[in-house]
Amino acid sequence: MADFVSGFWNWFIIIPTVIGIVALFPLIFSNRGTKVPGEEAEKMGHIWDGDLEEYNNPLPGWWLNMFIITLVFGIVYLVLYPGLGNFTGMLGWSSKGQYEAQVEKAEADYGPLYKKYAAVNIETLAKHPDALKTGERLYANYCSGCHGSDARGAKGFPNLRDQNWLYGGLPDQIKTSIVAGRNGVMPPWEAVIGADGARDVTEYVLSLSGREHDVEAATKGKVQFGSLCAACHGADGKGNQALGAPNLTDRIWQYGGSKESIIETISLGRNGQMPAHKDFLGEDRIHVLAAYVYSLSQEYEKD
Amino acid sequence: METESLAKSDYGTTSQVAKHSRHEDLEQALYEKRQKIYPRQVHGLFARLRLSGVVVLMGIYYLTPWFMWDDRQAILFDLPGRKFYIFGLIFWPQDLIYLSALLILAALSLFFFTALAGRLWCGYACPQTVWTEVFLWIERKIEGDRMRQIKLDKAPWNGRKLAIKGAKHGAWIALSLWTGYTFVGYFTPIRDLGESLLTLGLGPWETFWVFFYGFATYGNAGWLREQVCIYMCPYARFQSAMFDNDTLIISYDTARGEPRGSRKRSVDPRQLGLGDCIDCTMCVQVCPTGIDIRNGLQYQCIGCAACVDACDDVMDRLGYEPGLVRYTTENALDGKAAHIIRPRMLIYAAILITLLIAVVVSIAARTPTKMDVIRDRNALFRETGEGLVENVYTLRILNKDNQMHSYVLTLEDQPDMELLIEQPEVTIEAGAVADVTARLRIDPVDLKSRSTEVQFRLHSADGSISVAEPARFVGPLP
Repeated sequence: MADFVSGFWNWFIIIPTVIGIVALFPLIFSNRGTKVPGEEAEKMGHIWDGDLEEYNNPLPGWWLNMFIITLVFGIVYLVLYPGLGNFTGMLGWSSKGQYEAQVEKAEADYGPLYKKYAAVNIETLAKHPDALKTGERLYANYCSGCHGSDARGAKGFPNLRDQNWLYGGLPDQIKTSIVAGRNGVMPPWEAVIGADGARDVTEYVLSLSGREHDVEAATKGKVQFGSLCAACHGADGKGNQALGAPNLTDRIWQYGGSKESIIETISLGRNGQMPAHKDFLGEDRIHVLAAYVYSLSQEYEKD
Repeated sequence: METESLAKSDYGTTSQVAKHSRHEDLEQALYEKRQKIYPRQVHGLFARLRLSGVVVLMGIYYLTPWFMWDDRQAILFDLPGRKFYIFGLIFWPQDLIYLSALLILAALSLFFFTALAGRLWCGYACPQTVWTEVFLWIERKIEGDRMRQIKLDKAPWNGRKLAIKGAKHGAWIALSLWTGYTFVGYFTPIRDLGESLLTLGLGPWETFWVFFYGFATYGNAGWLREQVCIYMCPYARFQSAMFDNDTLIISYDTARGEPRGSRKRSVDPRQLGLGDCIDCTMCVQVCPTGIDIRNGLQYQCIGCAACVDACDDVMDRLGYEPGLVRYTTENALDGKAAHIIRPRMLIYAAILITLLIAVVVSIAARTPTKMDVIRDRNALFRETGEGLVENVYTLRILNKDNQMHSYVLTLEDQPDMELLIEQPEVTIEAGAVADVTARLRIDPVDLKSRSTEVQFRLHSADGSISVAEPARFVGPLP
């Protein structure tokens, strides 16, 4: 409630509200009207259509009482709960506080289960059917949007089922990817080598995986590759997991394996983002999730 | 039966008698304090019919939750599980349309039976009537017949009155709680509910509803009785819109009965210039809503035919023809020919039967399996290493049947497309849902357009079930 730009608004709310409530009491009591039982109520004095008149009948008892109860309730409410400007209410309730209480309760409910899983190492956990079911649900919730509901990825989002890993496929490496995120940056080389240079390097890259290529251009490209690309991708093009530089000698292409795609990758660069999930999911949930993802790339019987 | 002489105020009627006793000087009050009605016990054909109705309906209500079917309760409305079990039939949320059909059938039956014979529902089947009957029976057994009840109410509060009233309310409360318990037993398995009750482990909502329905039963059947019919129920007010001149209503034959008056049994009333009505007021005394049917059909009349039985009994003892108060039609009373079977009845009946057959056939022909195809949306399509285009689908398969099934998934009419699925056969338990991931793969050269309609087909392994579901395959611009 400390969101007002100036203190003026705080009082702008408090004063009319309080005056309004307080003023309603004399208003309602002075207009109750009285009537002696057995006699007619007094008339209001207006006459329409010759003989149509209005009685000043008293407010019904039930109506009056409910009105007063409402006023009293309103006062009690405004004392206990926020409503009068910046005043937070004597009970200190806030919607943020309610949310935090719910998160705490969820932690109390589910925390022990995750703590149990956190004590088991990922390789073992990846064979545990219940943990895998939980991991599957976590995956469906948080990962399937980018990596696909079958975990085989899409353009720009790695396939988690194969044995090909940009940053390493060991359990701890997978876990780090999820916890801290990854950022695979391929610099744009167009300014440096130009369109022709990009084409030449592309031909050379195609040759690395044994695909059809222009031999002459590839020879030129190899020189460029050695000076510019080998630093990250390695002289043999096998990649570098420490940097997340892909292996160029295989047939797996993160952004597309056609010649056009590779030219685009080299010219314009790429910026792969894996978000960090540490604050979002917490280590314990990531532990189970990592076990699930690890299990996807392994082929063994689950008990 | 000896004619008992009673003071007028003893039979507790509506405004008619009350008005005459009020001093004319007082202003007319708009609010009238309720006079308790002590309906006199009645015997006869219609009383027996009503009793049968009570026994059958109450029997169904109290006994049904105890029936079992396979391993579960036969009739169970499992709200958290989103399934309604009715013997061998299981209704899923997708079947909610049958509830609408049921309500339409109920409305049509209402029109049909009301046009036929007036307030048959009110007098014979309505829960308010049925439970009030039972509560009145309990009251009669504990407090005694009508005269005793009136005397007891007039007596000062002493030990005896306290004991009797306590016993009666105790019995009422016990039955009410049992009613509430039975009601909740339709939603939570009644045996488990009983166990929880005995071990005092009932959940908060179950506790609330048991007491709520118990309290409602006790209040409505014990205290409110005819006030529900007179003040609360809308049926009373719109009945006149559903009647016509050929509807069977309970009516006093004015032509035959008037002028009314007492006479010796041996005398022929016609010679005295009297009608058949001897003004014994039996019809008024047995009326549970406290009206005088001789004044004509009133909105308070619930069509219970107690007055018919009572008057027939008196007519019998006097040797007159029965039926002074009887089921008849306005037309018949006016001397015109009665048409019970008329276009309106035939049309209602025809629509009712047609709809009933349609609903039954529809339920019998339900497919016990449903498949939903959910296409991956974030990345529209995926290119494989070889340059083929893939779409990923999550297939949610619901086995709505009573038994386990194995299913095989195929793709229809797409020779260029390949279906890839982890498991060739998916086995799903009875009443369970399974998610299966499948991929469709095609060479982009074979794609004719950006978006292609495809059809998945699911067969059960034994061949009895086959469902098809369309989906879209999205690829790059061709």
